[in-house]
Amino acid sequence: MTVHQPGTLREALDLIAGKPEAVPVAGATDLLVHWPARVAEHDRDYVDLSRIAELKAIAFRNGELMLGALATYWDVIHAGRMKEGFPLLVAAARQVGAVQIQARGTWAGNIVNASPAADGVPVLMAYDAVVVLASRAGQEEVPLDRFYTGYKQTRRRPDQLVVAIRIPWRAHDVAVFEKVGGRRAQAIAKVGLAIAHSAAGWRVVAASVAPTVRRCTAIERLLTDGTPVRGPDDLHPAIERDVTPIDDLRSTAAYRKTVMARLLYDDLRGVCPAFS
Amino acid sequence: MHRREGLAKLTGRERYVDDLPLDDFLWGATVRSPASRGRVTAVRFGRGIDWSQFVVVDSQDLPGPNEILLIERDQPVLAAGYVRHVHEPVLLLAHRDRVALRRAVAAVTIEVAPEPAALDFRVPPRPEQIQYGADNVLKHLRIEKGDVERALATAPVVVEGVYETGAQEHVYLEPQGMIAHMDGDVLVVRGSMQCPYYVVKALTHALNRDEQHVRVVQTPTGGGFGGKEEYPSTIALHAALLALKSGRPVKLVYDRTEDMAATTKRHPARVRHRTGVTRDGKLVAQDIEVVMDGGAYVTLSPVVLSRGIIHAAGPYACEHVRIDGRAMFTNAVPFGAFRGFGAPQTHFAGERHMDVVAHRLGIDPAELRRRNLLRDGERTATGQVVNDGTDRVAVLERALALADYDKKRAANKAGGTTRRGIGIATFHHGAGFTGSGEVMLSSRVDVAGLPDGRIEVLSANIEMGQGTITVFTALAAARLGLTPDDVVVAEADTARVPNSGPTVASRTSMVVGRLVERACDDLRRRVNTGGRGKGEGLKRAIMDWHRAHPGGRLVGSATYERPPGIAWDDHTYTGDAYGAFAWAAYIAEVEVDLRTYTTRVTDFVAVQEIGKVLHETFARGQVQGGVAQGIGWALLEDCKWQDGAMANAQLTNYLIPTTEDLPPIRVAFLENPYPHGAQGAKGLGELPIDGPAPAVLNAVADALGVEPTTIPLTPERLMEIAERGARNAEQRRQ
Amino acid sequence: MPDPKATISFELNGEPATLAFAPHKTLLEVLREDAGLTGTKHGCELGECGTCTVLLDGTPVLSCLLLGLACAGHRVTTVEGMAAGGRLHPLQDAFAELGAAQCGYCTPAFLLAAQALLAVEPRPSRAAIKQALAGNLCRCTGYLKIYEAVELAAARLRGEDATPARETLYGHA
Repeated sequence: MTVHQPGTLREALDLIAGKPEAVPVAGATDLLVHWPARVAEHDRDYVDLSRIAELKAIAFRNGELMLGALATYWDVIHAGRMKEGFPLLVAAARQVGAVQIQARGTWAGNIVNASPAADGVPVLMAYDAVVVLASRAGQEEVPLDRFYTGYKQTRRRPDQLVVAIRIPWRAHDVAVFEKVGGRRAQAIAKVGLAIAHSAAGWRVVAASVAPTVRRCTAIERLLTDGTPVRGPDDLHPAIERDVTPIDDLRSTAAYRKTVMARLLYDDLRGVCPAFS
Repeated sequence: MHRREGLAKLTGRERYVDDLPLDDFLWGATVRSPASRGRVTAVRFGRGIDWSQFVVVDSQDLPGPNEILLIERDQPVLAAGYVRHVHEPVLLLAHRDRVALRRAVAAVTIEVAPEPAALDFRVPPRPEQIQYGADNVLKHLRIEKGDVERALATAPVVVEGVYETGAQEHVYLEPQGMIAHMDGDVLVVRGSMQCPYYVVKALTHALNRDEQHVRVVQTPTGGGFGGKEEYPSTIALHAALLALKSGRPVKLVYDRTEDMAATTKRHPARVRHRTGVTRDGKLVAQDIEVVMDGGAYVTLSPVVLSRGIIHAAGPYACEHVRIDGRAMFTNAVPFGAFRGFGAPQTHFAGERHMDVVAHRLGIDPAELRRRNLLRDGERTATGQVVNDGTDRVAVLERALALADYDKKRAANKAGGTTRRGIGIATFHHGAGFTGSGEVMLSSRVDVAGLPDGRIEVLSANIEMGQGTITVFTALAAARLGLTPDDVVVAEADTARVPNSGPTVASRTSMVVGRLVERACDDLRRRVNTGGRGKGEGLKRAIMDWHRAHPGGRLVGSATYERPPGIAWDDHTYTGDAYGAFAWAAYIAEVEVDLRTYTTRVTDFVAVQEIGKVLHETFARGQVQGGVAQGIGWALLEDCKWQDGAMANAQLTNYLIPTTEDLPPIRVAFLENPYPHGAQGAKGLGELPIDGPAPAVLNAVADALGVEPTTIPLTPERLMEIAERGARNAEQRRQ
Repeated sequence: MPDPKATISFELNGEPATLAFAPHKTLLEVLREDAGLTGTKHGCELGECGTCTVLLDGTPVLSCLLLGLACAGHRVTTVEGMAAGGRLHPLQDAFAELGAAQCGYCTPAFLLAAQALLAVEPRPSRAAIKQALAGNLCRCTGYLKIYEAVELAAARLRGEDATPARETLYGHA
C-alpha cells in the first residue's frame, strides 16, 4: 500500500493526474470499514488529503457558505452562525453516526462516497449546494442535484478532486430534516428527508428510497402548484413518480413509501396551506 | 466492595485473550462451508499462494473421534466430507503473518454438491429434508398435569394465540478467541469462556488425551451471556489442532463478522397457547405447544427446550396444564445457550398471551395476574409445590406502585402523532441446573489456607462482568471474618481449580457461592484449634498449620448436596424442577410514533424477589443490563436469514440498543432468603431478560389497541399489524 | 510481499513517540501491535461499536477507521494515558465506585469518550451524556451506571462535594 500525503492542492492534483486509479482519502470513515479483512485493497495507492490546509476552510462570504473538502460534521456543528444560517446542516451532522464519526467524517466525503443513504447529502441538496471540482485542467462546478448519475456513480472524473462545496445563503421559511434509522443513534437511514422553502421555491430531497439521494420533483411541483393534500395517501402518486425504494436488510419498500408520505404530510401540514 | 479486578479494567491493563503477549506464534483461521447441506466434492487451494508456508488441518488430523463432546456427539470438529450448515468449519489454516493468512483463507474454495436443506423449523420436513431421526425432531418433551382436554371443553372462555420470537445474537463486546500451545507434553488452551471444564472434556475426547495432559485457562472474558458456554470448545479444538500440527503456539481470534456469522444465537421459537379461563379471569386450562429451531446439530437444544417448557405456563396457578415441546433440526447455524435459555421465548408468549386473555375478558391485565399468581402451597406445571413464603402479588403491587400504573393506564393515550401505553410482565426464573442437573454436575469448590494466612478460593466459575470474583471474595471474607484483602480468588485454571461446574444458569452465586461458604467452613474445621475460629485467629491458625506442615497443602472443600425435600422425575417431567425460583414483575411504558411506527421505551420498572442481594451495585447491573438486552430483543435485534445463516452479520445491520435507545431502568429488590443459597441468595443473572419483551409489547398493545405477536417488533412489522387492524376496522364499519 | 514500513512521529499519551509500521495499518493496529498498548480494543472494525475509541488532539475518534499514518504530528490519548502521575482520573475513580465497568471490554472507550465530553462541558445534562456516548456500545450495564459515574466525576472535577446520582435505584424493600 502506498499512501501519498501531498501538502498542497497543486501536489494532490498532480498526483491524481498521474495516478487516476489512486483513491483520495479525507476522514476515511467510509474507506476503512472492515479494512483489515479487505486485504486486496491494501495493494492500491491512496492520496491522503488531510495535510492540505487550503481544503480545511469554512467561510461565509458573498452571500454563500463555502465548506472546504476537509470540513467535518464536527466543524459545522461547532462553527459560529451555522445554526442561524444553515440549521439543516447542523441537524444532519448530529445524525451522522455518533461523535467519533462526526469528528472525522467530511461533507465532501459524504458526497463522493455516493451512498443512497447519506445523511449529509440531502440537506446540502435541499440548500442547492454546488460541488466544486478541481483538476490540473481547471475548476468545474456541478450542482449537487446533478452530481449523481446512478448507484454509486458521480460526475467526478478520476483526475478531479472535490475541493469545496458552495451553498447559497437564502432565507428559508421551511427547513426540516428527518432521519428514520433502525435505532435512535448510530444508524443508517431507512428514510431520510430534507425539506426547504425559500424564494427559490420548494426543495424536497429524499435518501434511502432510490439508487441515489435525489430531489423529489413531483412532490416539489405539487407544493409549488398548491395541490390540495388531505392526508398522507394523497402524496403517494407523487412519491411513486419520485422514488423507487427496495426491500433490503434494513427495511422494506412499502415501509419506506408509507413513512415518507407520513413524514412529508406531518411536516408540511401547518406550513403549507394546501395541506389539510 | 468495589470490583476486585476493576482497576485493571479501568486502566487498560486487563489482558483479554487478544491482548496476551505471545512469542513466535502463528495466527489461526477457519475455512467454512459456503452451503447449507451437501457433500464436499472438492477443496481447492488457489494459485499465487505458497501453500507450503501454511499449516493446514482437516478432519483427518484429529487424533481422536471427530466429535465435539456435548449432550450428543453429532457435531464434528471439522466437517468430514459432508456439511450441514453454512459456515460449518471445514479446514483450518495457520501462518505467522495475519495478512497472508487472510489472503489464503480467501483463496480456498470449498465445493459442495447441494442437497435439500431444511430451513423452516415451523413446517414439517419433506422426506428429502429429513436428516435427524425419522422426523428431524432433535428432542421432544412433555409436561402434563390434570386433564387439559376436558378442562378446555368445559371452560367458559377459550383464548388462542400463536407467538414467535426471533434469534438473538449475544454481542458480547469481546469477540471469541483462543490461544493453544504445548507446555512439555501438556496442551494448554487459554481463552474467553464460561466453562473451562466443558473445554477440557471436549479436548480430551476429540484429541484423545487424558486430563493430565490438557490444561484450560480462562482469560478475562468480555461478556458471555451464554455465547461462551459451549461454543468456545470448538475454537479451543481448532486452535489446539493447529498447535499440535505446527508445534507452535496458535492464536485463533474471531473478528466480529465471523463471530456473528458462525457462532450460536438464541433459539428462534414459535409458541401456541390455548387457554381456558372463567369469565372472571381464573385460569382453568393451559394447552401450550413450543417449537424451537435447534439448527444443524443438537448442541444444548434439549436442555434449552426443557427450561423453556418448564417456564411456559408462567408463575400462575392452573390445575390443568399440558406443555408439548419440540426442538427441530434445521440446516441453520446451530443455536445455543443464551441468557434465559429457552425461558425468555416461552415467557414472551405466555405473558403476551395473558394480555390477550385480559383484553378478551375485559379485565385489566394487572388484575388478571393478581387473580392467578401462584400462592404458597399451589403447584407449578411440573407439580412443584411452591412454598417459599414469597408474596408474589406483593411483587406485582410494588411494581404497579413504582410505575404509577393505574394513573398511566387510564391516561389519554393520544398526543398528536404519538400514542402512549403501559404493559406488564410477571414471571419467574428457576436458578441452577434443571431437575437432577446439579446432582449430576456434583460441583466442588476448594478453599485453601495459604502460608501467609490468606485464603484462596479455587473454583472453575469465571468472571465475565457479572461479578464472580468480587462476590466470592465477599462471601469467603464474611464467612471467615477476614478482610477482602485476605482473600484471593484463583484464576480459573483447570490445572489448579476443581470442577465447580459451568458459569451458566444463574447458578454461580446461589449454588457455587454456597459451596464457597461450605468449603470455608471445612477449612475452618481443618485448622480450628480452640476458639480461634475466625478472623485474625483463623489467619494465625492457618500460618501455624503451615509451620507445622512445611510444604503441605491446607484445603477445605465442599461438594454439591441436593437440598433436602427436593425430588425430580426425568421420565415423567414432574417434581421440583428447581431448588428455587426468583420472582419478578416488570412494567414498561412506551411511546409509538404513528408516522414511523417506531416504538420508544420511555420508562421501565423492574421489581424482583431474589432471596438476598449479595452486592447491590452488581445486582442492579445485572438487572439493567438484562433489561437493556431484553428491550433490544423486543424491538431492534433482527437476525435476517439466508440459507440458514445470518445475512446481517455485522453491527451496522444488526442493531443493539445505544444510550439513546434505552429508558431509565428503575430497579427494586425484595428479599426472602433461600436457605440453600449463599447468604440466602437465589439466581439473578438470567431473570431480567425474561420480562422486558412481553412488557414492552403489552405496552404497545395498550398504546395502539393491536395484538402484536412477534418479536422483534420492528417498525416494519408494527406498521403491517396496525395498518391491517385499521383496514379491518374500516371494513367492519362499511 | 509485506509493505515497507512507514515511520511517523506523534505524541502518544503525553510523550513523544516514533513508530515504524506497515502503512496499511489502522491506528488501532499500530497502538496494539507496534506501541504495545492493548487497552484499546478491537470490537467490530466498521465503526459501529466504539470500543476502539481514542482521543486525537482531544477529540474522540475511532482508531479502527483511522490510518496510523494519518496521526503523524498529532496528539493521541489512550486509556493508558488517562491516569496522570500515578493518580487515577476522576472518571476512573467514579467508574470504580459506581460499578460502571462490568466485563470491562468497552470501558476504556467509554472513559475516553466521557473525558472528551467533560473537557468541553463540565456540567453535562443526562441528555448530553447520552449523546456523547451514543457511539459506544455496552452490552452489560444498560448504560445507567455509566451515566451516574460520568455525572459523579463531572461534579468532582468542578470541585463539588458530590453524592452519586441514585434516581434509578429504589433499593431494598
